[in-house]
Amino acid sequence: MSLASIRKARSAIAMGACIGSAVLGIAALALILGALLWNGFSSLNLDVFAKMTPPPGASGGLLNAIVGSLIMTIMGVAIGAPLGLLAGTYMAEYGRYSKLTTLVRFINDILLSAPSIVIGLFVYEITVLQMGHFSAYAGALALALLVVPVVVRTTEDMLNLVPGGLREAAIAMGLPRSLIIRHIAYKAARAGLITGLLLAVARVSGETAPLLFTALNNQFFSTNLNAPMASLPVVIFQFAMSPYKDWQSLAWAGALLITTAVLVLSIGARILGAQKTFK
Amino acid sequence: MNEAFHNESRPNAEALGDASGFFPALPEKMSVRNLDFFYGDHRALKSVSVPLFDRKVTAFIGPSGCGKSTLLRVLNRMYDLYPGQRAVGNVLLDGENVLDPKLDVNALRARVGMVFQKPTPFPMTIYENIAFGVRLYEKLGKADMDERVEKALRGAAIWDEVKDKLNASGLSLSGGQQQRLCIARTVAIQPEVILFDEPCSALDPISTAKIEELFDELRSEYTIAIVTHNMQQAVRVSQYTAFMYLGEMVEFGETDQIFQTPREIRTQDYITGRFG
Repeated sequence: MSLASIRKARSAIAMGACIGSAVLGIAALALILGALLWNGFSSLNLDVFAKMTPPPGASGGLLNAIVGSLIMTIMGVAIGAPLGLLAGTYMAEYGRYSKLTTLVRFINDILLSAPSIVIGLFVYEITVLQMGHFSAYAGALALALLVVPVVVRTTEDMLNLVPGGLREAAIAMGLPRSLIIRHIAYKAARAGLITGLLLAVARVSGETAPLLFTALNNQFFSTNLNAPMASLPVVIFQFAMSPYKDWQSLAWAGALLITTAVLVLSIGARILGAQKTFK
Repeated sequence: MNEAFHNESRPNAEALGDASGFFPALPEKMSVRNLDFFYGDHRALKSVSVPLFDRKVTAFIGPSGCGKSTLLRVLNRMYDLYPGQRAVGNVLLDGENVLDPKLDVNALRARVGMVFQKPTPFPMTIYENIAFGVRLYEKLGKADMDERVEKALRGAAIWDEVKDKLNASGLSLSGGQQQRLCIARTVAIQPEVILFDEPCSALDPISTAKIEELFDELRSEYTIAIVTHNMQQAVRVSQYTAFMYLGEMVEFGETDQIFQTPREIRTQDYITGRFG
């Protein structure tokens, strides 16, 4: 066999392996998504949005869980995002060359890859045990701790992408640092910063483990932040493991809702991220 | 290109130590004296002395890496941003030491503006690109601000091209227009000195010509330093030229003299294209 034909054969084998793996991966995803759409849509009706989670055998919906998820996700992002944004800004702007930045980046990377159940246990220890009961506060705090590292990372990365020349040009005009950050760096990095925020929301909106230890669950509609609160992931976890048919179908509906929400957020992040020019 | 030079005394080679002494009739806006500059342990400027005469254009020429841009970045303390860079010596602006660590660098940079090699419009409208900096130093009403923006844009010879789209993004302009917008932005905060770091090297010949034409007008109000690799450009826009090589100030003098009768063999070799 000539060298060229050996090379071609090798190339064909490698190419075949690549395509095979891609098909396998996508097929698995498609099956999951297909099952989700099939079961989710067949369980989806107005009651899902209008009624509370039912006891076994009764009819009901997911309203308390949807509202609970919204409240805790919004609170978690509201607490975590500013922290992450400020920390990321420090690392990319003020402390670019400081040792503190290297240290914070290292710790942040650990936090970023820490299993969320560890975060849940930590918050359980510092809030639930101290307060003596589960609460939405604790749930929001756990989610906030998951938001922080994502936002820190994207903020630092996005601000570092702002051309150094732009920053130098602003500094050369004698503009103070704070003004340059707020009016030039944030503006130039806006699309990336929003993308990071949306990714953080997507990350926490599907988290179950940290909420199990903190907000637990609530069968009734509640907006009391000092009491246990239902959330979609926890309800899905509970209902999907149950032997009851109507609970299982509500779990499918909930899974579809979360997946749709995350999909919409991801697409939104993609669209924003693709915007190269800004006004 | 060179107006009559009213000072009879011609600088000679010894002038390199303290060039200022040989131009007694000309006021020095900025004076660099025995300046050393270090990037970490590397000495990038070696005892450099050079004057920037008031309302004249001084061109800095020399091969890449000779320290021209480094020198420029000392004049407005840009090097401050980076750890491990330090300057030793004297740089005076109206007799005041620019290198004084207690100096308010933002105030210095408002007086000593800089235009970079790559056009860097801010991510905002054309109008805001100008008004943004002005607002920091002066409180102007809407009408006054409009007037200031127009004046700055006219001063940079770009008004006619942008007057109908002041609310468009500064990034929507062509490279040459962006560079003139940056010049307008610098002029708008009314500095006393403007440093140009190869302002035309990223531009086409027509845009370059437009910016070169600006220099004649700008120098009626500002003291200007320009770093350039284009020797014809140095001849066209400057009254004084400094030739630098390997971190040393080899020769400083009137532009005509540098290009017609250089005293140093290294200057002659460089301007005739024998090296660099």
